[in-house]
Amino acid sequence: MEKKHRILVVDDEEIVRQSLLAWFKEDGYEVDTAENADAALRLFEKGKYSLILLDIKMPGMSGMDLLVKLKEYDPDAIIILITAYASVSSAVKALKSGAYDYITKPIDPDELSHIVEKALYQKNLENENVKLKESIDEISKPDNLIGESHQMKEIYSLINTVAQTDTTVLILGESGTGKELVAKAIHLNSKRKYFPLVTVNCGALPESLLESELFGHEKGAFTGAHYRRKGKFEMANGGTIFLDEIGTISNKVQVELLRVIETKQFTRVGGSETISSDFRVIAATNENLDELVKEGVFREDLYYRLNVFTIHIPPLRERIEDIPLLANYFLKKFTTSMNKKITGISDEAMSFMLKYRWPGNVRELENAIERAVVVCRTDKIQLEDLPFRISNNSLYSEVEDKSLSEVEKRHIALVLKENNWNISKSADDLKIDRVTLYNKIKKYGLRKPE
Amino acid sequence: MSEIVIAPINFSNPELIEKILSELKKYLPYKINLQPLQIDLNFAYSIERGQYYSTKIIQHLLPFSENINGKFLALLEVDLFIPVFTYVFGEAQLNGKVSIVSLTRLHEEFYSGISDEKLLIERSVKEILHELGHNFGLIHCKDWDCVMHSSLGIEEVDIKGIDYCSNCKRMIRL
Repeated sequence: MEKKHRILVVDDEEIVRQSLLAWFKEDGYEVDTAENADAALRLFEKGKYSLILLDIKMPGMSGMDLLVKLKEYDPDAIIILITAYASVSSAVKALKSGAYDYITKPIDPDELSHIVEKALYQKNLENENVKLKESIDEISKPDNLIGESHQMKEIYSLINTVAQTDTTVLILGESGTGKELVAKAIHLNSKRKYFPLVTVNCGALPESLLESELFGHEKGAFTGAHYRRKGKFEMANGGTIFLDEIGTISNKVQVELLRVIETKQFTRVGGSETISSDFRVIAATNENLDELVKEGVFREDLYYRLNVFTIHIPPLRERIEDIPLLANYFLKKFTTSMNKKITGISDEAMSFMLKYRWPGNVRELENAIERAVVVCRTDKIQLEDLPFRISNNSLYSEVEDKSLSEVEKRHIALVLKENNWNISKSADDLKIDRVTLYNKIKKYGLRKPE
Repeated sequence: MSEIVIAPINFSNPELIEKILSELKKYLPYKINLQPLQIDLNFAYSIERGQYYSTKIIQHLLPFSENINGKFLALLEVDLFIPVFTYVFGEAQLNGKVSIVSLTRLHEEFYSGISDEKLLIERSVKEILHELGHNFGLIHCKDWDCVMHSSLGIEEVDIKGIDYCSNCKRMIRL
């Protein structure tokens, strides 16, 4: 329903106030009247007016002074001055003080309606323009996503399209590609944006805890359940639930999840009360769900329920034109937070970054730049500032033999070299135990240089 | 509501009134009664402006409407004003009982000097329906085909429609 405009009529003559009140009411406006500046200010502070009609000549504070005061409160206020004594100088003064227009008594009704309608129309246009600009900024370029490659532009377009609906979305992509950021962008561009975006990392919790996390639990439902607790589906009421690493959930939870998505109803663990919640589901995985379905690990019905609208985020190596953009974005981010004066990235360092395969995707790039900012001693990030995995280009980009064992052999050799063959440290870095590392050194015939 | 009383005040042309009423009946499903009145309107006259203050006339007519189970509309041949405006075609109590319409500025002679009775009747019916609409609680309608469209000049009276639009009709259950 169209919102009614509110008009404030300020005039010391009751006849004028009542006449204009009746006139504007017939036009469907909400109208308040004030007999002097003090009363007008009190009303103005309380309510938001679309337009103020203000008599210039009033006892006490004049209309002109009131105009200046009202403009101090709200520079956007539309004020039309009325006077019985028209003069060019007072008209100029009124307009210079911020009045929208100036009319003389007796007012031609046609003139008054024309001025009021024009002023309100113009104001509406301005407001709509601001709103439109905001919505365009918000929708066309989700500010949490960086990238100008055609793949990313396609993703922005998909986000914009699906955000306007309540469709379930499945986001696919390798680790570190930004699946959670895409989910956030969809939520923030949807009508649900004023409600919560609740994230559940399904892979981080064992089955029993995941059920409690998703559906909540009643007091005493299990050991340690000292209080009733709301589940994430309940918390997401009105908003969006983001189920990350959906490929890891057990069959039992899959069954429950399917039912909840279908019915939007559930019961807390240990409870009998049926709870309803209005949520939108966005799921994500870095696994191949097709394969999991074929293997019987993931339910086909749930897969089809989740896979209504799919957004596939390409790995960073497939959109290398985004690397400089991302690298410079992260550089700015970290130099600002660390208060360091680093102006750019050397050509050599950038060249290496462009050739690198980025198995950890954007997250790895971010970590690499953070590390480089920490160690950088010049005004530009140098090749040696980058983590060794990146700076040693030969490790990935020039490997002819792309077999896993060859990559593993080279990687272990590099880690050992970096740690001057300190076995314990290298095992720590590689996140394997010392015995395993010894076995691999033996397997690959690696030797400490003399 | 059972009736609408049309009260021509100091009117010199009863035939014109009959024709206006006959036309008006086509648009209102109510009993329309005629109640000509002779009233001294000097109390509402402004020497300075040479016009009659419509709000004062409405106030003066309120007692005449007391025993009416419906609406009371006075037709006048004098030019009307309210102090803040140069002129008005009519005035009504929004959601009230009484309204007035002046025929002075509905005459084509006022603008071109040429008399046109058919046009005068049409304009009169439009303005009567318009002011009665306000009595029924209707505000100005955006639809140009609706008689409740605001008419700030005679051209706009001619442009707008002669009947209430379906939306306005629904609102007043016509």
